[in-house]
Amino acid sequence: MKPPPFEYYAPTTVEEALVHLAEHGYDAKPLAGGQSLIPMMNFRLAQPAVIVDLNNIEGLSFIRPEDDGSLAVGAMTRHQMVEKSELIVEKAPLVHETMPQIATSQIRSRGTFGGSLAHADPSAELVCVSVALDGEFKIANQSGERWVPAKDFFLGLFTSVLEPEELLVEIKLPPFPERTGWSLKEIARRPHDFCLIGVAAVLTLDENNKCQGAKLVYLSAGDGPVEATQAAELLKGQDMTDEAIRAAAEKASAEEIDPSSDIHATAEFRRHLANVLTRRALKEALDRAKGN
Amino acid sequence: MTKLFKLSLTVNGNPYERQIEPRLLLSDFLRHELGMTGTHVGCEHGVCGACTVLLNGDPVRSCLMFAVQAHGHEVLTVEGLGTIDDLHPIQQAFWEAHGLQCGFCTPGFLTTLVPFLEENPDPSEEEIRVAISGNLCRCTGYQHIVEAVQLAAEKMRA
Repeated sequence: MKPPPFEYYAPTTVEEALVHLAEHGYDAKPLAGGQSLIPMMNFRLAQPAVIVDLNNIEGLSFIRPEDDGSLAVGAMTRHQMVEKSELIVEKAPLVHETMPQIATSQIRSRGTFGGSLAHADPSAELVCVSVALDGEFKIANQSGERWVPAKDFFLGLFTSVLEPEELLVEIKLPPFPERTGWSLKEIARRPHDFCLIGVAAVLTLDENNKCQGAKLVYLSAGDGPVEATQAAELLKGQDMTDEAIRAAAEKASAEEIDPSSDIHATAEFRRHLANVLTRRALKEALDRAKGN
Repeated sequence: MTKLFKLSLTVNGNPYERQIEPRLLLSDFLRHELGMTGTHVGCEHGVCGACTVLLNGDPVRSCLMFAVQAHGHEVLTVEGLGTIDDLHPIQQAFWEAHGLQCGFCTPGFLTTLVPFLEENPDPSEEEIRVAISGNLCRCTGYQHIVEAVQLAAEKMRA
């Protein structure tokens, strides 16, 4: 099908975009890479009266190291640019590893870092990874800006804290502590498909190789990114033995995630996959943490 | 009546200018406004890859972009790859290795593969399969396409 008619604005600055969003409120929709919004418009599942196209705002496309060791990524930075960035390899290796698993090369040419997050799809890798990395989101509106931690940004299925007159403009990724390992594991029927289930693991070891802190965040496991805090608590202070890893994987997959059943897999099968993937992810994160 | 926008862009090296509605998809612009029907439209939601074109050298789904967004940019379609008498090496390889049957998906495969083979002159079979994972073919079972890409890589290295 074809998208319905809409009013079209293509501002070149954030300020200008915010004026259009404030004026049109719920009738307006910002257009980032368009790789989710345009298919929804083609199906007429979304029929925004006004499109505010962000693609001409050059100031929103950047990957910048900050003085505090963190990395700032502009909301309109395309996946392809993130995928090829040396800064990302060095400072956000989990993001680097995630990129090839996001859709296909054709989608990554257009899709954007901030667009994927603002869309708040619980099956999106970056949604999950941004929580695993304790990312912070800079949100702008006409009266100023506010910072929201990734874990508070996502409210539910395709829903975030963004108000209609607001824009996500920047994502800040803090540096890893010393002796930190990471991993992203997912199962999809083809490399670029929406995954059946997936998990991002971040693990920090203390000087005795015990777990100082762990984070397990799941995708396609509920209405938003699902963080398994009880499983992480089980690991804290422990030697990362196979038994400890198995216990955490069991806890998270049986009690903390909430996957649904559909034509591709039952919820039970997804829990089984989550259990296996959690063990693999924690082992890989452990190896990397030791290697640091 | 929706406001019309002036669109100036380059397609296959030639400049074009048209007045268009903003809701017009790039795929439909190429086919209906410019008459370039080599870009095929399959699913219109970004899954099949048949409508892939190059935007400033990068492969994109032309069904997931409004034509108005291509203002000031360069588009390359399958029509810009080669001619009947002088096929692009990838086209030649698809012909020789039987990389197509009905041909509906072929333009999308070809355009996807141009930047891929430029960046990866000697790809493994695994890399080829990942590269074409965003393009659906319902005839070949992909084996002949993979072989065609290997042959194309060989031709382009020579």
